[in-house]
Amino acid sequence: MPFDFAVVGIFLIAAFAIVGIALLLGRFVRPAKPDAVKSQTYECGEQPIGSGWFNFNPRFYQLALLFLVFDVEIALTWPVAVVARRWIAEGRGLLAVVEILLFLAILVVALAFLWGRGDLDWVRDLGVMPHEEDAPAADAAKTPEAE
Amino acid sequence: MLRDVATFLERLLGFDPATFDYSWVTAVVVIGAASLLAFVFIALFAGPVTWWERRIAGRIQCRIGPNRVGPQGVLQWLADGIKCFLKEDLVPAAADQGLFRFAPYLVFGGYMATFAVLPFGANLVAADLDVGLLYLLAITGLVVIGILMAGWASNSKWALFGGIRSAAQLVSYEIPSAFSLMSVVLAAGTMSMQGIIGQQGAWPWEWFVFKNPFLFAAFFLSLTASVAEGNRTPFDLPEGESELVAGYHVEYSGMRFLWFMFAEWGNLWVIATIATVCFLGGWQVPGVTPAEIAASTGLAFWGWQALSFAVFVAKASVLVAFVIQLRWTLPRLRVDQLMITCWKYLVPGALLNLAGVLVLLAVVPDQGVADWAIRGATLFLGLALASVFVWKARAGYLADRDLYRRMEGKELWYPPYRLP
Repeated sequence: MPFDFAVVGIFLIAAFAIVGIALLLGRFVRPAKPDAVKSQTYECGEQPIGSGWFNFNPRFYQLALLFLVFDVEIALTWPVAVVARRWIAEGRGLLAVVEILLFLAILVVALAFLWGRGDLDWVRDLGVMPHEEDAPAADAAKTPEAE
Repeated sequence: MLRDVATFLERLLGFDPATFDYSWVTAVVVIGAASLLAFVFIALFAGPVTWWERRIAGRIQCRIGPNRVGPQGVLQWLADGIKCFLKEDLVPAAADQGLFRFAPYLVFGGYMATFAVLPFGANLVAADLDVGLLYLLAITGLVVIGILMAGWASNSKWALFGGIRSAAQLVSYEIPSAFSLMSVVLAAGTMSMQGIIGQQGAWPWEWFVFKNPFLFAAFFLSLTASVAEGNRTPFDLPEGESELVAGYHVEYSGMRFLWFMFAEWGNLWVIATIATVCFLGGWQVPGVTPAEIAASTGLAFWGWQALSFAVFVAKASVLVAFVIQLRWTLPRLRVDQLMITCWKYLVPGALLNLAGVLVLLAVVPDQGVADWAIRGATLFLGLALASVFVWKARAGYLADRDLYRRMEGKELWYPPYRLP
């Protein structure tokens, strides 16, 4: 077993080393003439406006949370899945089936809850925003054709 | 396997393996050599497969594709590689210098580390870990971190969008992928790659894909999810060139850029290998069991290794060709469709499959009459689907040929068997 994990470790180190060596060797043959225009951030040939580090859609955080919930469930179900066959062979099939199905049922309830809440939709309909309720008159007057 | 090679090396050098104190040195040397071998394999796969893909793309789009460098352009990938090697390595002034330079290491490292457990033949595997399949799912997490790092460190709007989209896609599709592979683990009772292959047989009716209808569905779920995890069209939004220029690697150039491409094209092999191992019976050769291969010696042993390697490569190549064809026939999804496909179709489908496999496993006794009846029915379903696929492809080709003849008044300029 230590031998097998040594293989994994050495493969990882070798991959890093190969990337590093190729980049190092390339350094001796490739040109290096940076200038202000070349090292500009690419924005379709225009002058970049502001930094690239800006606030992005909070949907991604929500997705990450969703993933975490499911991934933990997977990590917990996986060991049971490995031994389920042996349990069935030993005549404890019902236990294995009930246990895994119960675990999956919890997941399904979570999925159904999120689905019902609309969390699985990319664009989530939040209904009318609070500030829109207060000032409908001005907007409606501006765009009568919207009706 | 590698341990045997290490022992053999120690014998060859005249050390007694029982008393030799520095066996870790030979182990490191042998494993290092194996990792270099794996790298050579990746290079010899990922390179030519780019050429192969471009030729297929050319044919699908009624053009020729690269055919200048070497006979029929087979050396195009070498020319591309040398070109990238000689190009200037630009780092944008606004980028986070350290993270920007480090990201390709993580992407390629996470990719190449999967080769530690991928089997190539009967005994051709670097490390047959007990947790092989789980390790595969886990180590690819490094690629997500690398891509997110590249996207963030570039300090470019395109790269940031590409990076976070890619991370969202990769983690989302990991759920259906893990669930459908879990149904394979249920059926096999082990997570080791060789163990899963050993639970199947050489003939199609002994493969897991035809074991029951739920595993049949799991095969397609898992293939879809792995294509999405490989960032391939129709799931290539993270680098959709029509909206994000190139996504997370927009600021990369030269050799640093090449490592991303290396991992992406090499990933085709990982996709094909996981599907082959888990569903298509791996390297199993008809008429011989894995135990018999392991017991054989000398030339016969190596003959079986070569034969099983050939079988494995043949199965994987068919899948690679299929994934390439998918790329050039399906349009790209939209980002909301992508997430709906995953969370509303694939995840519930994978959960249903898992429950189905589990119930069938408990109810239907292995190798009984009912088991074989289910296998037969699923095999029939699979064959019917395959025939429809081939028939449709043929009908499409014939229609094109007739159209060309009607419009141009002459035969199509190349038949399917001839290279242009």
